[in-house]
Amino acid sequence: MKKKEDGISFNLVSRQKLGDLSTDEKLKFILKEVKKGKILVLEYGLTPIEQTSLIENTMREIEQDTFIGVEMEGYGQDNPSIIQKILGITKKPRMTLIGPADLLKKIKKDNEMIEIKIIPGRGAK
Amino acid sequence: MGLLKKLSFSNILQKIFGKKHAKIGIYGPPNVGKTTLANRILRDWTGDIMGSVSEIPHETRRAKWKKDVKVDNGNSSLLMDIVDTPGISTKVDFKDFMNTYGLNKDEAKRRAKEATEGVIEAIKWLEGIDGVLLVMDSTQDPFTQVNVTILGNLEARNLPVLIAANKIDMEDSSPATLKSAFPQHPVVPISALTGYNSDNLYSTMVTHFRKRKRKKRR
Repeated sequence: MKKKEDGISFNLVSRQKLGDLSTDEKLKFILKEVKKGKILVLEYGLTPIEQTSLIENTMREIEQDTFIGVEMEGYGQDNPSIIQKILGITKKPRMTLIGPADLLKKIKKDNEMIEIKIIPGRGAK
Repeated sequence: MGLLKKLSFSNILQKIFGKKHAKIGIYGPPNVGKTTLANRILRDWTGDIMGSVSEIPHETRRAKWKKDVKVDNGNSSLLMDIVDTPGISTKVDFKDFMNTYGLNKDEAKRRAKEATEGVIEAIKWLEGIDGVLLVMDSTQDPFTQVNVTILGNLEARNLPVLIAANKIDMEDSSPATLKSAFPQHPVVPISALTGYNSDNLYSTMVTHFRKRKRKKRR
């Protein structure tokens, strides 16, 4: 019998993985993984509109005894330079961390650093 | 038809003189004083109030609105529909209501369920508003994900945002931190509770929300 491994699962999700999905598919994928207790680091984060939809979808998925929501941390979108604007390059989402709210706690966030604490005793279900 | 609409007399006037009427949403995380501010605005301009306030988060769990609130800054005025929305959060845990605020289990679960529905409703309202009064607690860290997400969303829609740095009557408030955190938006320090600096807020609301909507750019 295979022994169940303890520990917390961190998944670094590549830009390609999310880039190939529609917004609905992205949000379903993220919530499905987070509800399993996984912490996701998105190489290419969500747009603000997608983040808002993620909050909305999270509220629909909350189950009071098993899933209380998400913790999501990242910086705002990168502002393109004047040359990039001329070339038609728009704002880009930046790396974002998303995990179950009962597992992650934000300690500090400013313009230079985001400090997150993992609450001990939890892990991927 | 579209061109004719764009060339209508009222549209031309609006482009020159700005809006006369706007639907303004009061947004922010739970417990930053949104309803206290809504009550302050209504009491000052209509003599009415919007709703009850409480130290327990998610007191406002359904959006409430008041139509045709005329706010005047001496030089010009703006007729506003004020929408007080439930606090937006990324998580709702009924145990917080039990452990921190002493609610029994049934009350806590009901409040949590209604709170999740309130967040969804608040997000839905974003579709139909002309501008946002984003309320932040000036005693707290401004870089919350909810603040960042709401601001990013409004910027993507090119909606005018005015940040009300609330609770400046508290000793540990720091509206300057909010101003430096979000320099791209006007920030008005205020105490919704005492009314301190509310005249400045009203004046900024009229000038800021009268501006015509800029062309959307992504």
